[in-house]
This record gives sequence, C-alpha cells and structure tokens, in this order.
Amino acid sequence: MINIEIDGKQVAVTQGSTVMDAARQIGVYIPHFCYHKKLSIAANCRMCLVEVEKAPKPLPACATPVAEGMKVSTHSQQAVTAQKGVMEFLLINHPLDCPICDQGGECQLQDLAVGYGSSGSRYQEAKRAVTNKNLGPLISTDMTRCIHCTRCVRFGQEIAGIMELGMAGRGEHSEILTFVGKTVDSELSGNVIDLCPVGALVSKPFRYSARTWELSRRKSISAHCGLGSNLVVQVKNNRVMRVLPRENEAINECWLSDKDRFSYEGLNSEDRLTAPMIRKSGEWEVCDWQEALAFAAEGIRNVINEHGAQDIGALGSAHSTLEELYLLQKLMRGLGSHNIDHRVRQSDFRADIVLQGTPWLGMQIAEVSQLKSILVIGSTLRKDHPLLAQRIRQAVKQGAQLSVINPIVDDLLTALAYQVIVAPSAMLGVVLQILKAAAEIKNTSVPEQAAFAMDQVNISENAREIAASIIEHSPAAVFLGNLAQHHPHYADLFSAIQAISEITGARFGVLGEAANSVGAYSAGAIPWSVGVESTSKAGSGKSGLNAGQMLGLGTSEEESVCSAYVLLNLEPELDSYDTHRALQVMNHAKFVVSLSSYKGDIPSYADVILPISPFTETSGTFVNTEGRIQSFQGVVSPPGEVRPAWKVLRVLGNLLDLEGFDYDSSEQVRAEIISDKEEFAQNLNNSLGVLSIKDLGQKNGKIERIGEIPIYQADPIVRRAMSLQKTHDAAPPAAFASSALLSKVGILAGEVIRISQQDEEIHLMISADDNLPDDCIRLACAYPQTSKLGAMFGEIKLAK
Amino acid sequence: MERIKQFFKSFLLFELLKGMKVTGRYLFAPKITVHYPEEKTPQSPRFRGLHALRRYPNGEERCIACKLCEAVCPAMAITIESEQRDDGTRRTTRYDIDLIKCIFCGFCEEACPVDAIVETRVLEYHGEVRGDLTYTKEMLLAVGEQYEEQIAKDREDDAPYR
Repeated sequence: MINIEIDGKQVAVTQGSTVMDAARQIGVYIPHFCYHKKLSIAANCRMCLVEVEKAPKPLPACATPVAEGMKVSTHSQQAVTAQKGVMEFLLINHPLDCPICDQGGECQLQDLAVGYGSSGSRYQEAKRAVTNKNLGPLISTDMTRCIHCTRCVRFGQEIAGIMELGMAGRGEHSEILTFVGKTVDSELSGNVIDLCPVGALVSKPFRYSARTWELSRRKSISAHCGLGSNLVVQVKNNRVMRVLPRENEAINECWLSDKDRFSYEGLNSEDRLTAPMIRKSGEWEVCDWQEALAFAAEGIRNVINEHGAQDIGALGSAHSTLEELYLLQKLMRGLGSHNIDHRVRQSDFRADIVLQGTPWLGMQIAEVSQLKSILVIGSTLRKDHPLLAQRIRQAVKQGAQLSVINPIVDDLLTALAYQVIVAPSAMLGVVLQILKAAAEIKNTSVPEQAAFAMDQVNISENAREIAASIIEHSPAAVFLGNLAQHHPHYADLFSAIQAISEITGARFGVLGEAANSVGAYSAGAIPWSVGVESTSKAGSGKSGLNAGQMLGLGTSEEESVCSAYVLLNLEPELDSYDTHRALQVMNHAKFVVSLSSYKGDIPSYADVILPISPFTETSGTFVNTEGRIQSFQGVVSPPGEVRPAWKVLRVLGNLLDLEGFDYDSSEQVRAEIISDKEEFAQNLNNSLGVLSIKDLGQKNGKIERIGEIPIYQADPIVRRAMSLQKTHDAAPPAAFASSALLSKVGILAGEVIRISQQDEEIHLMISADDNLPDDCIRLACAYPQTSKLGAMFGEIKLAK
Repeated sequence: MERIKQFFKSFLLFELLKGMKVTGRYLFAPKITVHYPEEKTPQSPRFRGLHALRRYPNGEERCIACKLCEAVCPAMAITIESEQRDDGTRRTTRYDIDLIKCIFCGFCEEACPVDAIVETRVLEYHGEVRGDLTYTKEMLLAVGEQYEEQIAKDREDDAPYR
C-alpha cells in the first residue's frame, strides 16, 4: 500500500493505482472526460490536470501513478488554472448548440463548463465543422460536438471486441469515423451513447423526443436474454421514452446490450392489443373483460366436459414473469392437467426424467470473467447473450482458453483456442470425443451412460486439445448454449457434458435462453410436479405433456394433440421448434385462449385474445440464469384495457372455481413460490441421473438445416422494436450453404431457390458461406418468411 | 401659547385649506386618468402580456424545442412535446401555454435562446369556456404573426439595455 495525500486527506492505495483511483476512493471529484473506470487510460482530454507537489507542471490524474508521500491538490490555484485552460481549448471548437443538443442536461462538458468555463470566448477564428457520419439506425451523430476523448473507440476495442469506430487525421483534422461505408453493427453499440461525454453520439430512436430533466427514472429488469440486466427505464407521460443501464457489477456492469436498450420501442408499438377480443362465428369482436373472461372460462369448461382435463395444454413463454408462469401452472393443475411447459423451442425432452433440479449457469455471472478455460457448445453467444460474450472476452484477455463447438461460425471477436465447426448431427460425436479424450488423460473410465458409445468414437486432435485445455486450466467451465438446447440430441449432449464435467472437474452451465428460463422451472411451468422431488419426476403418474408433445413434435399431420390451449405471451407460429407443425396444431385445436400483449395478425387459431402487460407494466420477478431472484415494479400503467397477466390468470382461476386464487398482489404470489431463498438456491442443479447415450446421431447423407434464432427475432417485444428491425442483424432472412454443397446441387450463389422442409416450400436467396459444415443449410428461424418451414434442425431440401 | 395657536388654526379652518391646496393642485395638474378602452396608458417595450411564438423572416418557426422555457416556468404553465421533423431539425409537436396558470413573470422569454417565445403588449384577451385560455402552438404562432412588427421593434428598443 502506498500512502498519499489528496487535498489534505490521507489515503492508502495499492501499488500501480493512479491519482484518479485514489481520489475516487476518498470521494474527491476530479473533472475528467476521457477517463472511464471500465476503459483503458488515454489521458488525452487533459481535463484532470492536478497539482502534484514538487512536479514542475500539473499532471493528469488519470495517468499519474501514485508514489509514496505524494501530495496532490485538485483545487489549488495551479490545478484550477490548468483545468480552466483546458476547458477554454475544448470550447474553442465545440458548437454552442446546447439548446438543440440531445445531451443537454446530461452533458459532462456542459456541467464542467459551468465550473471551469469562462463566460466569453477569446477565440475569433472560424470554428471547425465535421460532417456527420451514418452509424446505422441506433446511433445518431453530431460530430462537430466531438471532443476527441476516444471513449467510443476504446469501448469498441476493449469491450465490444470490434473496432468499428476509430480516429483518423491529426490535430484540427482528427475525427471519429467508421470504416468507409460501414455502420456500427456491434450488438453492444448502444453503450457508446452512454459513454460519449458530449452530444456527438446520441440515441437515434430517442432523438429530440424528451429532455433528461422531464423523465422519471424507474428501476426494472430486462425481459430478454437470460442475464436479467438491470435497467433504468425513463418515463414521461406514462410512456417509456428510453432505457439506460443500471449499474450492477454482478450482472451487466455498466453496460447494456442493444436488445435490452432499444427494445422499448416494441412496448409502444402500434401492434399493442388494448382490449380483449373474442371470436364469434368467425368474426373478431372487441369486448369487455367480463365477457372475454367468461367466454374463455366457458370454452375451457366445455373442453373439459367433452374431452377431460387431460386435453388442455398450456404453453407459457419464459419471457413471462415468475408469478405469471406460476399462476398459469396452478390454473392448469387446478383443472387437473399437467400439460404445461415453457420450453417451446426445445425438441428433445428425454432428460426430463433424470433432471435433478433446475438447469442453470452453474456459477455466478461475475465468475465467468475469472475462468481460465471455457468450452461453449452450440451457441451463437454474441447474439444470444451479448453481455456474457463480453465477460468471456474479458476472460480470454486475462489468458483464458476459449474453445467452441458449433455448427456455424459465430465470431466471438476474440482469440479462439480451438474451434470445431460440424454439422448439428455430428456435434454429439465431437462432445463424446472430448469425453473419451478427457477420460484417457485423466486415466479413468467413461461413466456408464456414455460407455456404450465410446467404441464408435475416434478422438480427433482438436477434441484431445480441448479436453486437455479444460483439464489443465482451472477454473474451467463448459457451457451449453441456446442452439444446443434446441438441438434434437439435447439430452445426449447434456448427459455427455455432465460426464465431461465430472471427469475433468470443469464446471457446467446451461445458458438460460430467456429472462426467466430458470424461474419457469421454479414456478412449475414444466409438465412434472412442482417441488422438483426426484420421486415426482416425468414418467411418474403425475406428469403431463411437454412442450414438444403439445406442439405436435413426433406426431403426424392432421393429428391434433390437445383440444384446448392456453398461450401466455407466446406466438407459437414463430416461437416454437417446429413452427409449421405448431401452427397446424393450434389450428386444429378446438379452443385457444391467447394471453398476449400484441395483436400479431390476430392469430387465426385463437378464440379469445386477452391483452396483457409486458414487463414494464406489471410487477413481477425474473430469475436469471445464475439463479438471482430479481423482482421489479411496473414502471408505467397499462394502456387501454390491458391488465397484468397475473391478475388475468387470478380472475380466470376464480371464474373456473379453483381454490387458492385470491391473491391481492404479485408479492403474495411470489411468497408462495419462493418461501425460502436458500431452498430455492438448492434446487439449482445441473446434474442428471443416468441417461444412456444410445444413438450417436451420425450423419445420414441428407442436407441438414441449421436454424438459429436471430438476435432481434427472439421474443415478441423485440420483434416489434422498429429501430432494431432496421439493423444488419435483423436483415431479411437468407439461406447460406457452403460452395461445395452449392456446386453439388448445381446452384449459383445469389440465386433465388426453392427450399423445402416436409411439404412446405419457400423461395429464398441463397448465399455461399464456406465456414459452414458440408451438407448444411443455415436458415434462420422466427422470421415470418421462414416460419412456414418446419423444424429448426433436421432434413431440408433445396432445388432450383 | 400653544393653545392659542391651536385655537386660531381650528377657527380659521387652516387644516381644511391645507387639504384644499392638494385638491387645487391636482385640479389643475395634467390628468393621468384615461378613458379606457378609448384611451390607453403608454406601455414599456418590456411589457409582459399575451405570449407569442415568433417566426424568422423566411417563415421558419424559431422555436427549436429546447424546452428551457418549460423547465424555467415557475407556474409550470408550459407543456412541450418535441420530435425530429422530416428535414431532421428539432421541432415542437405541441407547445401549450396555460394562461390561467401563467404568472407573466417573463422567465420563458428570458430563457429562450432564439427569441421564439415572447410576451407581447397584448393584454386584452379573454376566454369564455374552460380551456379557451390554453393557447396552443398554432394560436401562439398566429399571435406572433399578427404582432410581429411590434414585437421586433420592442426587442430592438430593449436591446441596448441587455
């Protein structure tokens, strides 16, 4: 520890810290622009000049390392003169357009100019003007305002992992630009808006719409990816105007992904449903709540009377709150049906029987940056969990080895130690190779569940290296991504990875797909009984149909599964594993109640649509992928006749004469679900009972589809966020295939071809992508254009 | 002695004459009473009456929706909503002044960086039903157009003292 004195206050700091760190530690504010605690030190704004005893000139606090006995004064005559001098220089070229600048009121330059600027300028010459740049649909620019702090550039290099902004030119001519003709497309790009200390980079969707002082700030939790980023939702006139990050070192640090930041536009979408609607003899009618709920209850009753309670199914999106999913399952179980699930995009449910608890990340999110070896299996990580990818990049920067097994190349913008790109059907084989290699290195036997498959596996060099990497480096972790969870051999992958984790000692995590993926298990939105006792598992008498069965996986066409469905926050025609079949099943059902925030195209299959609140309009709880319970309040009141879903389900429970539906608040519901936080934490468990791997899922020579969920199509809110829909990541779907496959089929890249799965066919342009494994077509799901096709993985045909 | 002096003062109605002297002085002095509304008192160029939104000589509205007037208004009488106009400029979509709340302090005028919101010399206006005295952007712009000449002249007269 080094002792120094700042403004007469003694402070002890560690060797290597800077004067700025020391000052922050004792709460002394030193004015600054380019310094940011999460970014490297540039020391180019010179605003933090301070007087250091015995130093001939003022020194920049952010770049001056502390030395024993140093005496710093931040407000001495010399320091203040220096700071005022810097401010005068900064203001030489800065336009005085604060009245039209969106940063006005939250501008660091504006604030500091009050303290350090003079009332007039001595500068008589022409001011510099810089042309604005097009940085895409999310960031709007006024480059004349730039003070060249380079925070945005450093953010790109150090946090986002891709240098999309850079500084070109020198002196008077230096300016921040993108590469020629390129926009800023990183999934974390919105953070530069927060970082910019002036109004050079501001939010495009928010542009000119409100002033910071008019907005009330309300806390919330993001409803998108499984991280549960903490938000500050800014509200004016009962309308969400913008979303900013709320700092939480354990989850999102001070960042926010673009999905979390800009998806609020979907909340104010034209497509919002504002009144209940029922279908009477084929025609949609707007009605009041009483009529709609009575209609829904009667419909459900009729189905029960005709077919029995077993013929009702409920599907809830894992983007719904804990309370909503709990009440949905309580409603279903009260009616006598266990057909409830939230895993609508999963296709392989064999692991259900042996699941020991709720699959989760297996560690704290913050621990990810400390890992030394990471293996990610089946994930478009940057798109699915942008901030977790950021954590992994930090880990790699600290020397971690990152290996990836994936059917597509998802550029993680960091150094990969090993990468195995194989067809989806071959992924299990690679994982088993690693298992075998790990067992060989550790000199142990392979656990019994995988023993059968071991003879058929030949260890490749890469697999051996990956196994060695996770054994040699500790702590290590293996993560199962979204793609793996949707994979038709999910259970086998799960089982094999668990075996790897057992042998190598690496930790094992399942990346939660949605904001409440972990919570949905705890709420009981799963077909087996709540309580997660191993005795009342799937397979025992008490279990119902899972999402795959309810959505018709493995059953033939024209065959309906359940006669009635209750859908919560879900658009099965886009949100399921086999969208084609899901729509068929829904159309076949006799009665469908849809609780939704959006009209969609007024689903053809629904009989009653009940308008429910998205996360900003209801109180509730999300349990993120690390098992952190985060409750939030509504930040605005719902428009029109919209009501929070927990209230709707509560009243529906009353109307169906079910017991225990007399809640007065969502907190009461939560207390019923999570009575004891420790017990709740104990339920987080990634281990499986014995699940033998029988089928290696070898390739059969057919062309396979790789169906990933694009970042801005993943849930109903984000699909309606207009600005996000204009980004490159939301470009209309295209098919990709390796040029080897294209020439084999005799198709040129760029041609519009016919792509078919089962009987359905779409016309789409195909492009060449030689990073894809052979005999695979990459075709994104969840687009209206591609949802006509079937399963996310599996056989696909293409023809001219 | 004092009592004799007092006796003569009251006997000769000295106090009355003293009062009559004031009356007499004002009887012949120039009158300040005006026959309102036929006659009007002179107004300062800084008179703070009905608000107006001004335009530039080329017809472009001055207001840039900076919302400083809204922020400074002590009576919270101003409501502004803004957006990006098609040509990319920052403009108001709504600019309401509730003249019932307004205390005519002139802060809005002081705060305006572009001299868009001004207070005119107009003091004769009324409302007949509730809501009549909530002036919208169109009404305020119309006031500005009607009195622009006077407004511009007043700003010019006042300029040397600012």
